[in-house]
Amino acid sequence: MSITAPQRDLFEQVAIIDPESGELIDDEIYSPYLADIGDTDLREIYRDLVVVRRLDAEATALQRQGQLGLWAPLAGQEAAQIGSARGLRPSDFVFPSYREHGVAYVRGVDPAVVLRMWRGTTLAGWNPRDVNMMTPAIVIGPHMLFAVGYGMGILRDKTLNSAVDDIVIAYCGDGGTSQGDFSEALGFAASFRTPTVFFVQNNQYAISSPVGIQATVPIVQRAAGFGVHGIRVDGNDVLAVLAVTRHAAERARAGDGPTLIEAVTYRMGPHTTSDDPTRYRDAAELEFWRQRDPIDRLRLVLDRRGLADQEFLASVDETADRYAAEVREACIATPDPDPISLFDNVYATETALLAEERTDFADLHGLDLQGSGE
Amino acid sequence: MTTLTMAKALNEGLRRSLGDDDRVMVMGEDVGRLGGVFRVTDSLQSEFGADRVIDTPLAESGIIGTAIGLAIRGYRPVCEIQFDGFIYPAFDQIVSQLAKIRHRTDGAVSVPLTIRVPFGGGIGAVEHHSESPEAYFAQTAGLRVVSCSSADDAYSMIQDAIRSDDPVLFFEPKRRYWDKAEVDLDGVTSLGLETARVLREGTDITVVAYGPMVATALAAANEAEGTSVEVIDLRSLSPIDFDTIERSVLKTHRLVVVHEASVFLGLGAEIAARITERCFFQLEAPVLRVGGYATPYPASKLEQYFLPDVDRVLDTIERSMAVE
Repeated sequence: MSITAPQRDLFEQVAIIDPESGELIDDEIYSPYLADIGDTDLREIYRDLVVVRRLDAEATALQRQGQLGLWAPLAGQEAAQIGSARGLRPSDFVFPSYREHGVAYVRGVDPAVVLRMWRGTTLAGWNPRDVNMMTPAIVIGPHMLFAVGYGMGILRDKTLNSAVDDIVIAYCGDGGTSQGDFSEALGFAASFRTPTVFFVQNNQYAISSPVGIQATVPIVQRAAGFGVHGIRVDGNDVLAVLAVTRHAAERARAGDGPTLIEAVTYRMGPHTTSDDPTRYRDAAELEFWRQRDPIDRLRLVLDRRGLADQEFLASVDETADRYAAEVREACIATPDPDPISLFDNVYATETALLAEERTDFADLHGLDLQGSGE
Repeated sequence: MTTLTMAKALNEGLRRSLGDDDRVMVMGEDVGRLGGVFRVTDSLQSEFGADRVIDTPLAESGIIGTAIGLAIRGYRPVCEIQFDGFIYPAFDQIVSQLAKIRHRTDGAVSVPLTIRVPFGGGIGAVEHHSESPEAYFAQTAGLRVVSCSSADDAYSMIQDAIRSDDPVLFFEPKRRYWDKAEVDLDGVTSLGLETARVLREGTDITVVAYGPMVATALAAANEAEGTSVEVIDLRSLSPIDFDTIERSVLKTHRLVVVHEASVFLGLGAEIAARITERCFFQLEAPVLRVGGYATPYPASKLEQYFLPDVDRVLDTIERSMAVE
């Protein structure tokens, strides 16, 4: 089966929620991908958006209080992350960058575990095999190629078992699209027709550099030159993001190859807690995007349908506060790693050099090697 | 036993790995229909199919990056980097990703990737086709770096590398591709990937070499009149089998290290430091090194002056023996 690849004006963004009325726009191509989304789903999606924003604020506070070394806030990008992550199956595989806390939340990663890397107690945190999601990519670019290779592996699995229909998604930002690996990834994906979705959150800034420094045309236009299907979506419209991700995933499952999704959004906070965005953008711009807040956008839909009653909103706040409190408690209680773990998992089979250094280290620090990792 | 060139022995080793394990894949530039520019992957694509022996786009970072993705999905890719000097676009993938993924994920994700690299000079090539970049990789934790020196060893080493659950940089001495040796194609024993091999016993001085310089060291040993030279093929460049070198030096009390790479901060420096630490009171002379100069690799008409040869190895042996 082949899934239609509609050609649209590439400057046009797919949108589902009317930002004035909260009505759902009837989109010939993408609305069918939302046919199963009922009132309960709308409420759960809303709950996700609020919870991840609350967790994000908690993490920023923990950094300010010295409990985290650094944090990369996602505020403003909740719809792009929750919408895309909800468009995947648990068996699909995710290669995130470092800001995809919302995606991790949907995949089932314990939010407290997400914080460990930022606290400095681990280089990554979770077991990728448990949630089919790789740990964060701190340098951007290489992981886009992993997603293509992983997709090549899916294709090979499919030749051995036709029932295999996994797909793979990779996340980066507008800055990431300037990396050579991003272009190589699009080229390889097109050549081998891999079931890969490239999800670019164009949040308008790479630290301080506006998107115009990365690209003078819409990022989605890069796809066509490689022979990759491209979709530009309003990244603050969670239903539109969900629909286009499902569409791209369906094309990938059907053997129709890779898709590049450009989700146009805005990073409302700093690049990281070490950044000061007042040095490079003005208050009016921030206000412009505040008027386009992704949570408010979905709220319009709930209000219009009478789904945002006091009881529901209170329960959302309760969930968010409970999560935040749990995360705070777990973060502060996270112990520093065992010093001897420095030497763990460097090789599958430990080398003589490492064994010698481990022993010397234990002597130096008066540690007992019994019960150490390897 | 069968007489094979090193290129053919590697080809047979790859064929056997592909046959033994369905997860093994071969990928790189021109490795499929052409069989590689040195024919090391000759006819593998017609035997095992284009989905297992893959001609890739001309992009080294892309080759290694997609191979890492394949490995995460459960495959065991064998990548060819066409020439030593072409590996640098993939440096980030190898050093920042490949080497570190196991440690980063607390052992949850292993990346069993083999990267074959024809390396070294002596074939009269243009720039970027004769380099010895092994030290860059040997200094990176998480990588195994090995080099074969003969057809018989190459046959088992490439299979051991592919079986390893760690990433392996596999440096093939391209000027020795056409050297022949007796290879036991049914052989099941191997030295493994970490062990150095004493190729020639001697009592007066030890010469350690690897890859293309092993044959040079052996030739020098045979020509060293009145001096009994022990020659060790290092085989593994990371980790290094210091125990085997130490045992030899405790017998000979003198050590020379030979490689094509520049002497400055090359593997010889690490070997000299470690052996000096271990054998300080047994050494009769400082550890000496023979290698490339601290220059870029020269034009081919000058490479004979850059590369260590038998005379330079003999000269260094003499300098060591002259120390009372």
